[in-house]
Amino acid sequence: MDLNARIPDGPIEKKWEKHKFESKLVNPANKRKYRVIMVGSGLAGGAGAASLAELGYNVDCFCYQDSPRRAHSIAAQGGINAAKNYRNDGDSVYRLFYDTVKGGDFRAREANVYRLAEVSADIIDQCVANGVPFAREYGGLLDNRSFGGAQVSRTFYARGQTGQQLLIGAYQALERQVGLGTVKMHNRHEMLELIVVDGVARGIVTRDMVTGEIESHIADAVILSTGGYGNVFYLSTNAMGCNGTAVWRAHKKGAAFGNPCFTQIHPTCIPVTGDHQSKLTLMSESLRNDGRVWVPKKKEDCKRNPNDIKEEDRDYYLERKYPSFGNLAPRDISSRAAKQVCDEGRGVGETGLGVYLDFSDAIRRLGKAKIEEKYGNLFEMYERITDENPYETPMRIYPAVHYTMGGLWVDYNLQSTIPGLFVAGEANFSDHGANRLGASALMQGLADGYFVLPATVSNYLAGLKPGVRPAADHPEVTGTVTAVKDRIQKLLSIKGTKSPTHFHRELGKIMWEYCGMARNEAGLKKALELIPKLREEFWKDVRVVGENESLNQSLEMAARVADFLELGELMCLDALQRRESCGGHFREEFQTEDGEALRDDENFCHVAVWEYTGEGQAPVRHIEPLTFDNVHLATRSYK
Amino acid sequence: MSHKSMNLTLHVWRQKNAKCDGKFVEYKADGVSPDMSFLEMLDVVNEGLIAKGEEPIEFDHDCREGICGMCSMVINGRPHGPKERTTTCQLHMRSFKDGDSITLEPWRAEAFPVVRDLVVDRTAFDRIVAAGGFITAPAGTPQDANALPISKENADLSMDAAACIGCGACVAACPNASAMLFVSAKISHLGLLPQGQPERYIRVRDMIAQMDAEEFGTCTNHGECEAACPKGIKMENIARMNRDYIKASLTYRPATSGGGGAG
Amino acid sequence: MSVAEQSIAGAEARGHGFMASSVGRKVIMAATGIVLFGFVTVHMIGNTQAYMGAETFNGYAKFLHSMLHGGGIWIFRAVLLAAAGLHIWAAVTLTLDNQAARPVGYRTQQSVASTWSSRTMRWSGFILAAFIVYHLLHLTTGQAHPNFDHANPYANFVNGFKVPAAAGFYVVAQLCLGLHMWHGVWSVTQSLGLAHPRYDSLRRHFATGLTFLVVGVNISYPIAVLTGVIH
Repeated sequence: MDLNARIPDGPIEKKWEKHKFESKLVNPANKRKYRVIMVGSGLAGGAGAASLAELGYNVDCFCYQDSPRRAHSIAAQGGINAAKNYRNDGDSVYRLFYDTVKGGDFRAREANVYRLAEVSADIIDQCVANGVPFAREYGGLLDNRSFGGAQVSRTFYARGQTGQQLLIGAYQALERQVGLGTVKMHNRHEMLELIVVDGVARGIVTRDMVTGEIESHIADAVILSTGGYGNVFYLSTNAMGCNGTAVWRAHKKGAAFGNPCFTQIHPTCIPVTGDHQSKLTLMSESLRNDGRVWVPKKKEDCKRNPNDIKEEDRDYYLERKYPSFGNLAPRDISSRAAKQVCDEGRGVGETGLGVYLDFSDAIRRLGKAKIEEKYGNLFEMYERITDENPYETPMRIYPAVHYTMGGLWVDYNLQSTIPGLFVAGEANFSDHGANRLGASALMQGLADGYFVLPATVSNYLAGLKPGVRPAADHPEVTGTVTAVKDRIQKLLSIKGTKSPTHFHRELGKIMWEYCGMARNEAGLKKALELIPKLREEFWKDVRVVGENESLNQSLEMAARVADFLELGELMCLDALQRRESCGGHFREEFQTEDGEALRDDENFCHVAVWEYTGEGQAPVRHIEPLTFDNVHLATRSYK
Repeated sequence: MSHKSMNLTLHVWRQKNAKCDGKFVEYKADGVSPDMSFLEMLDVVNEGLIAKGEEPIEFDHDCREGICGMCSMVINGRPHGPKERTTTCQLHMRSFKDGDSITLEPWRAEAFPVVRDLVVDRTAFDRIVAAGGFITAPAGTPQDANALPISKENADLSMDAAACIGCGACVAACPNASAMLFVSAKISHLGLLPQGQPERYIRVRDMIAQMDAEEFGTCTNHGECEAACPKGIKMENIARMNRDYIKASLTYRPATSGGGGAG
Repeated sequence: MSVAEQSIAGAEARGHGFMASSVGRKVIMAATGIVLFGFVTVHMIGNTQAYMGAETFNGYAKFLHSMLHGGGIWIFRAVLLAAAGLHIWAAVTLTLDNQAARPVGYRTQQSVASTWSSRTMRWSGFILAAFIVYHLLHLTTGQAHPNFDHANPYANFVNGFKVPAAAGFYVVAQLCLGLHMWHGVWSVTQSLGLAHPRYDSLRRHFATGLTFLVVGVNISYPIAVLTGVIH
């Protein structure tokens, strides 16, 4: 397997510029002869489709929602990082690069991360030019806030709706291209298979979710910007429709999967209330700027009214354990700390799975009005869901699955191991290592979409003969279409007794129990027994009512769950083989005396790259070694 | 938090596709917990239907945290239900009482044809945005973000309008099925920013032309849109749009033969 | 389903014209509304002279007919006719468009913000149009008057309102005018884009105040005649 990352040589701060200069270009008159498929319309997909169309290529963009504006990037609340150093607090491209590599627990590729930090400042400029109404100060300049894992204030925000505003900016740019006729938007279309001809990605097969029609789409390059696969856990902060089908299908066609077990558990979500729960709601990390996290020191206080618990009986455990970062410790560390105190029996709320996030100090210090201005919409959202007023009672929060750092393996060009298949945003594995810092996902999505893809995809297209694409009746194309149709018929014909959601929920329980916040060998082995059994049961007993030829959400769900049932197994396998703790991947066997992650740089300073070898056969684990020439490989400390 | 469960009767609009006629069908929702969200209640009803081999009720939903704008149903005659500034997915069953009867209908508008059951086609909104709801700024090297100071007041007003989630509740609530709150929110969002000025007047003309072509109704200033909007978008935006449209129409001049150039 | 299947209006539809556009017709409604409300207000003020006796009132009528050598009144009439015509044209076409915008209605629809006044605009408007025709035949041309005298408007005024049915219709029509004005005056400001949070309550109060003033004074005329205050 070719795992050459194609990192340009030269000093790290010159690599991207040099690479862009050395990239081949397409003659302006020839650009319209190329066709590019973009799957997904979030920050990476929307911005990428708009930017490629702006260059002159024909773009077909696909999304499963009724409009590209609904992609789940929209739900990001807190902000987007950029090394602008507007605060004069010592920020720089190098510091953002360093923080991100360190935040990712030294499991990300240096060159990619440096590029990300480098273009971060351009992203803010681009978004402002597009009309994103970032928060401003009275002087008219941009405002900033702080986020976890950083000691500078470099996060730009638009109230608690930063993701929404950035996405709307990209969506508007995309719609502009739709109006100009350079992008053809395919709403309510789901990609169900990748078309590979002679080892090169040449198109996709989709299902029109309204009519059920199975269509093939041929292009010169295919880009997947389909987001993460956190929904493998059933309960997560992902949208209900988020799924891993596109990346999983590409994986089965030959695209290698990088670090599938790297999952981010976000520390501040609203706790689960019951079995009926369908999803979890995040409370922005920005709340930790002013909120203090605590649990009672004594177990017997857990059921008491928090306002009655005296100051000396409270354990502000993040401030106690990590005095220099305090409540702004990175996500993996904060989540694990919450799990530890709950495991000790000091969790709060009815289920005992919750910790307090308390704003009373901040309200005393800044006044209720200031807190309302900063977080009003988040407080409102909390109250709507829980029926509790966070101005008066501390919020209850608990960690939940939020983001997947793992994804399809890509080289410096964001190209997967299948030539012509590019992967951007959360769908790829490249920039966040074993843990993503807050406000970095938006940055990566837009960096890939606005700046990286236009350069690297152009370079790829320049090597193709313009206008030469496989015909729609090419045997690979028709064969792929038939395979998709067969699979749908199979799902419809099982006519078992249990709904797709049932299997999804069961899979989620296995994943959360054995491959969640803390993992161990015995548990992962157990999961690797349970998942294949559940999968077998699924293919015997799933019940999909209705037909293919109309809108059928239960059929859509069944196809997604079928893929999750395979992807989940690979995640457990990867977690089992990575015999170290790093970032979001915490193996109980590998921890320091005070319960911190214990990395093993000698044996695991690499990307685990999984190759699919066929139905029923064990996948093969390859490695891409990681070298750190610019950042000193050190134990991560936030104390 | 209360633990008593509720039994409800649902009257749900069922329609196979845009061409078929639809009808109301009655369902029982028993043992509903007040802590469930409205959509989770429907999930439970749907699981029951699947168990019986019946087709589940189709409804649009995605993020379930009130931001994507996908969920869309009229609950007892009000888009997104009885709670102010709340999308259907954030509505919780504690807003209802044991024994309540709930009528569920799709958004009703010529411009939003029913796709199935409670699902409608809102691509008309996308086309309105494609007609002019943007700022032309190709990715490249724009000027530094702080080179263009924007007063906090304008940035905040712009943000207020930009908070629109494009769910279409304004259209659903309007007695005339008018889309003016949606369109004016976009026009205000962009028109209040200095970056939006060059295209300000052509934008308002183009977007309104497309809005009319989509056969939405016209504003008669009832204010139902503002009351139904889950994001609190104000009718003041409609006034601003009208103002801009009047100015755009009064000062409109046909394109000159310019363009092209030497070389 | 995809966006591209239906064309984007863009540059060619941009020229579909002010009068054809929804907002353009709203502006025409508002502008003609100002003319009509303005007239109604002036009309009400002029008629207060009925309380000053026959001589004053007839003198006022004479003045109106002799302005600009008799041309003034015709200018007024032409402007009013044009305004009323445009107002009705815009109302009818917009109403038809609005009805077409929702071919299938709701089983239940709760009104949250709209008022009885806003929801009955087309009915109050329709009754007002009928009233205007009657009012012209009654007190301007006389065909609908029991004993019309071209030379004595004051007598026409008094004798006309002595018929209780006629007086009753006037009162009903004035209540419709009130409903129409209360939403209409506020609506004018909204349609013309005259909205600002600082002045929002002022807009409401202005509409309410003007409505009560015009309707109150207008209703007082038939009542004053029937109770013998004006005789």
